[in-house]
Amino acid sequence: MSEQTANWFNLYDARPDTEVPAESPLAWSYQNSGRPSVSQRSRVVLRERPMLGHLILRGGAIVLDEAVRRVLGFGVPGRPNSLSQDEGGERSIQWLSPDEWLLIVPGGEEFSLESRLREALGDAHYAIVNVSGGQTLLELEGDKARELLMKSTPYDVHPDAFPVGKGVTTVFAKSNLILRRPTETRWELVLRRSFADYCYRWILDAGREYAIGVEA
Amino acid sequence: MFHIYCPYCEEYREEEEFHPKGQAHIARPADPEACTDEQWGDYLFFRDNPRGIHHELWVHAVGCRKFFNITRNTVSYEILETYKMGEQPRFTAEYPEGKPDEQVAAEKVAAEAAGVERQEGVKA
Repeated sequence: MSEQTANWFNLYDARPDTEVPAESPLAWSYQNSGRPSVSQRSRVVLRERPMLGHLILRGGAIVLDEAVRRVLGFGVPGRPNSLSQDEGGERSIQWLSPDEWLLIVPGGEEFSLESRLREALGDAHYAIVNVSGGQTLLELEGDKARELLMKSTPYDVHPDAFPVGKGVTTVFAKSNLILRRPTETRWELVLRRSFADYCYRWILDAGREYAIGVEA
Repeated sequence: MFHIYCPYCEEYREEEEFHPKGQAHIARPADPEACTDEQWGDYLFFRDNPRGIHHELWVHAVGCRKFFNITRNTVSYEILETYKMGEQPRFTAEYPEGKPDEQVAAEKVAAEAAGVERQEGVKA
């Protein structure tokens, strides 16, 4: 059984260390729509963290939790709409649905992590998909970041309804994205590649009145 | 606009995150080959259109992307309850004020016993 299971998936490094350059989904948007610089007046700062490793984990919560705990040292969040992180905040796991979690790690780690997770999961009934190429992560900071979000999403982003450590998939402008709040001051948006340009331009437009700046 | 409680996300979300998917609790005939054309046609095409309490299938399309059921009053549009797949409604045409607690508890026990192996992700 285990030999057979091992052959059912094709595990390969989606980003091998070669000369082929990789670009963020927003590379074209930066050229086309520009990058307003951060100034003294900026009340909102946008920062992209491109090329992170994104893995979608699917399966039973208990089985995945055991494996992830063994490999990463912290477990998958069991409560709906919650987010757990390691101590440095570099690696995070977010609840997406009752049998689905999003694992984000520093770029380059995802391949070895996926291999180790598959080893730890063995014959369990699960799926892991590397979606690193399909999405990117934006960070919003600044005292007007919440107001920018209020203009963009119907979801309640008031601190009472959206405490630190929460993450939801919701409507954003006329698109949708994953919105999460890893710390008191920072919001993270996980965008799909095909919506990245639209969302980027929306955020620039919505942030214009707060003199939004984009950090390189 | 509805404000719909997703039983999987365990909170209220805006209606624009959801899609209605028609009447709920339509069971596929166990043996399609043995159906008459009329039975099969009823299963595929014919739906109830009640005035009053209606059980509907919805999907939380932007969000957890799970299907679940809603009991809705088609006259007042009031949503009486939302419940997960495999569960039974509390509000029905027979019990417009809600079933008594002991009946709900008994149904829940029966459904859990029958649904253990159907649960997602449990087969390890």
